[in-house]
Amino acid sequence: MTHVPSVPLAAGHPGFLSPTGVEIAFVLVGVVALGAAVATVTTRQLVHAALWLVVALGGVAVEYLLLTAEFIAWVQVLIYVGSVVVLLLFGLMLTRAPIGRSPEADSGNRPAALTVAGGAAVLLVVLVVDAFRSTWIRLDVPAAGSTRLTGEALFRNWVLPFEALSVLLLAALVGAIVLSRRQGASAAPPEAAGTSEDGGR
Amino acid sequence: MSTQTLAVLVPLLPFLSAAAGLLLGGRAPGFVRPLAVLPTAVAAALAALVAARQGGGTPVRGATELTPTGNADLPVQLALHIDGFAALVAVLVGVVATAVQLYSTSYLRDDPRYPSYAALVSLFSAAMYLVVYSDDLVVLLVGWEVMGVCSYFLIGHHWETRAARSASLKAFLTTKLGDVPFLIGILALASDAGTFRISTITTRLTSSLSGWELVHPTLVALLLLAGVAGKSALFPLHTWLPTAMAGPTPVSALIHAATMVAAGIYVVARLLPVFASSAAALLVLAVLAGLTMAGAALCALAQDDLKRVLAYSTLSQLAYMAGALAVADRGAAVFHLLSHGAFKALLFLAAGVLIHAAGTNSLTAMGRRRLTSRVPDAYWTTTLGLLALAAIPPFSGFFSKEAVLAAAEHAALAHRSGVPAVAGWIVLVAGLLTALLTAAYATRMWLLAFRGTGAQAPAPAEPAGATGVGAIEEDPPGDEPNSLPDTPPSQPRARRQPAAMTVVLWALAVPTLAFGLLFDALPAWFDSATLAPTLTTSVLATGVALVGAVVTYGAWRHTTALAPGTASADPGRLLLGPLHTTAEAGFRLDAAYRAVAVRPVLAASRLARMLDRDVVDAYVRGAGRGSRMLGALVRRAQTGNLQTYLAVLVAGSVVLAVAAVVAATGTAGA
Amino acid sequence: MHLAYPAVLSALLFCTGLYGVLARRNLILVLMSVELMLNAVNLNLVAFDVWLRDALHAGQSLALFTIAIAAAEIGIGLAIVLLVYRNRGTSAVDRLRLLRDDSRDEPAQPPAGAAAARPGGSEGPDTSGEATE
Repeated sequence: MTHVPSVPLAAGHPGFLSPTGVEIAFVLVGVVALGAAVATVTTRQLVHAALWLVVALGGVAVEYLLLTAEFIAWVQVLIYVGSVVVLLLFGLMLTRAPIGRSPEADSGNRPAALTVAGGAAVLLVVLVVDAFRSTWIRLDVPAAGSTRLTGEALFRNWVLPFEALSVLLLAALVGAIVLSRRQGASAAPPEAAGTSEDGGR
Repeated sequence: MSTQTLAVLVPLLPFLSAAAGLLLGGRAPGFVRPLAVLPTAVAAALAALVAARQGGGTPVRGATELTPTGNADLPVQLALHIDGFAALVAVLVGVVATAVQLYSTSYLRDDPRYPSYAALVSLFSAAMYLVVYSDDLVVLLVGWEVMGVCSYFLIGHHWETRAARSASLKAFLTTKLGDVPFLIGILALASDAGTFRISTITTRLTSSLSGWELVHPTLVALLLLAGVAGKSALFPLHTWLPTAMAGPTPVSALIHAATMVAAGIYVVARLLPVFASSAAALLVLAVLAGLTMAGAALCALAQDDLKRVLAYSTLSQLAYMAGALAVADRGAAVFHLLSHGAFKALLFLAAGVLIHAAGTNSLTAMGRRRLTSRVPDAYWTTTLGLLALAAIPPFSGFFSKEAVLAAAEHAALAHRSGVPAVAGWIVLVAGLLTALLTAAYATRMWLLAFRGTGAQAPAPAEPAGATGVGAIEEDPPGDEPNSLPDTPPSQPRARRQPAAMTVVLWALAVPTLAFGLLFDALPAWFDSATLAPTLTTSVLATGVALVGAVVTYGAWRHTTALAPGTASADPGRLLLGPLHTTAEAGFRLDAAYRAVAVRPVLAASRLARMLDRDVVDAYVRGAGRGSRMLGALVRRAQTGNLQTYLAVLVAGSVVLAVAAVVAATGTAGA
Repeated sequence: MHLAYPAVLSALLFCTGLYGVLARRNLILVLMSVELMLNAVNLNLVAFDVWLRDALHAGQSLALFTIAIAAAEIGIGLAIVLLVYRNRGTSAVDRLRLLRDDSRDEPAQPPAGAAAARPGGSEGPDTSGEATE
């Protein structure tokens, strides 16, 4: 695979055998995050899966920090770790997910999933390594992801998508409400009398 | 109005009546009867007027071009040519059609399909008028084919019964079998002669000055003869006529007396110069006529079904006409055609009354019904008709048959030019033999029907088919309560025969009696020298007829004394001896046709069906089954499990990506 | 820092998420796996943005958008999961087989039985409002 045209190098490519401190930290945190992710998709306890997801997402947030994208790191912590995982936990509760080990956490599709995911992983890793093995990120220049810079970029160059996104969020909100309310009181069983007003809210 | 206009009106009126009847029949039932009878009667009157004006003199002519044929010298013309033959035959058609229409008003009184029936009868007579008056071969063919279609519908009037269906189909197919050569013959004749006009062709052929001759006279004559044999029921193609008795009796009268079968004879008479120019064709015609004559008479002697007896007698009488044509005497042929038309219509219509009254077609069963006292009109008119049929002087049949026999004798002994003497001998001998047989079967029929013994069974209490061996049911059950054999009050009702029927019978009895006496006046209408009976033949024929009658009577006395009131009282059984069974089945010709033509056709159609279903369809069905199986196979993938779908999707994209990478590296490396 | 580190980590995270989507039975676990995949993409976006020093900061902005969209997606997704659970009494993805070819045997789960198996539909709407908040 040496014939792949190499990306123009930044000056002074140190090689993989002499990692910098940032690299060591990145790899360590990455291993933790990946392990947590694997635990998330393999654990038989549903609530544990959510907690492992917290670890994985937090690890990714740390990686953002290491890549000097601090604003995104905090947003990641706030939104993912803060709200998304809480939502997922609520979802688990509402669907009466079993607490403790549930032997049925995996479907019968597991071997196929393993094959496909493994194949995809091998393919992607080989490709990525082959393409970027000599590409160097310079982290010594001023940070690229400070809140100031990000805010400027967002509200100077990306205002229109940002506003469109707000409309999309509104639509998602309305959609979630519509989906989760009961379709008319007649469809509801009679015992839902006390709850129908909540559902209709 | 000029004679041409009148003549045009003659076919037009029944045609319009038919169209109106078919259009209005369902909606205005009150108009159907007048609409059926009046135009036919007016047309008959007009035909008579045309005949009176023409008077046997110069032919009335008129022509207008109907359609070009692509050859400017050979146009199809709406041409009119009325000579003595045409005028008189048209009068016959008019009289018989009117009689049939009148008779049908009461005979089919309760029939739900009377409107269409009456319209078809009108159309039938219109087509016959067209054939009679037309001078153009193609227009004649149009009328000829319209008659074929109408006969198909009318014979199949009671299409609920299987017999009627198969009879109509048989009549249609058999006549069409003759019509194909007929069409080819017409085209060959026209291309030979350079015109479709009959009068032009005959004038050219008969004129001694022009010296013009047909290139293939025998071929053309034989081709035309095939069509004539189909329509006029000559020997090889005659089998449809006895079967056609499944139609209503008035239709039989119409077909047998004046229209369908007469058309064939009439066409030969019109085109006689064409036939006369080929001795071989005349000989063939003579042989066919002789065979049909004698064979049909034998069959008639064996039948138990009243209508079948009459049908076979028609065959035999038609063969007389064909025999007259075979000796190139069209005057005699048309003379016999006219008189036969009258008495045969009378016989059929009277037979309808008899069958009505007796509730059965079987002669043996009729003998026990005391028809003499119950339907005296029918009894007397039938007697008159049978006397005419048997050619007993002074009835009309005597004179016309004598004319035929005289012509044959003349041809046999005096060597007319162009007519082979053999043909004359054949016709003469067969004619004399048939005269004997005719008298025999007429006597037998009369004796069985009216003088049957076993008076102990006065009420018609048995179904029609029970006693008659080959009896065809006259009417389907429930169609016409009058003829239901098991209807108890049919006896008192039978006494009051409707006036329409009785009047028609007696009206037809007049020409039956007296028409023959016109033999002196008729040659003026025809081109014959004389139609007067000669002494030798009349003595000979009447003698053998009397012998036949007496022998039959003797046999009847003998058999009745042995076994009164049973089927074995039939004198025909005794007279025919071992031939009886064969003759009853029409000499097994139907079975032969079935073996020779019907079975191979059926087998071929089965083969075609098999090929279609098992070979051609196999591909179609195989394609359908293949895709169905493929669908079943593919359907297995539709588990409904989203994860499977997604896994397959991602696997597919991974494979695609791998392929892309390999392709990219491959090309980069190369 | 080598770009290969975040790229490889991102690829591996993505495939882990893919495995989870394909192998997990519970719909909420599937949603979690989807979050993993989204995060892998985000990581890629950020890493490449940092490497390219894009003047517009397209990568980081897009990552922000993705996070917002992921939040919306999780809300809608949970609402759907709750609705499915309320109607069918299960949130197992391989039990939802109404779209399969019906001519086969083994009726998966009759709807009546599902309604009966549902313990009490009362909690469903009670908390679904909160879930969408």
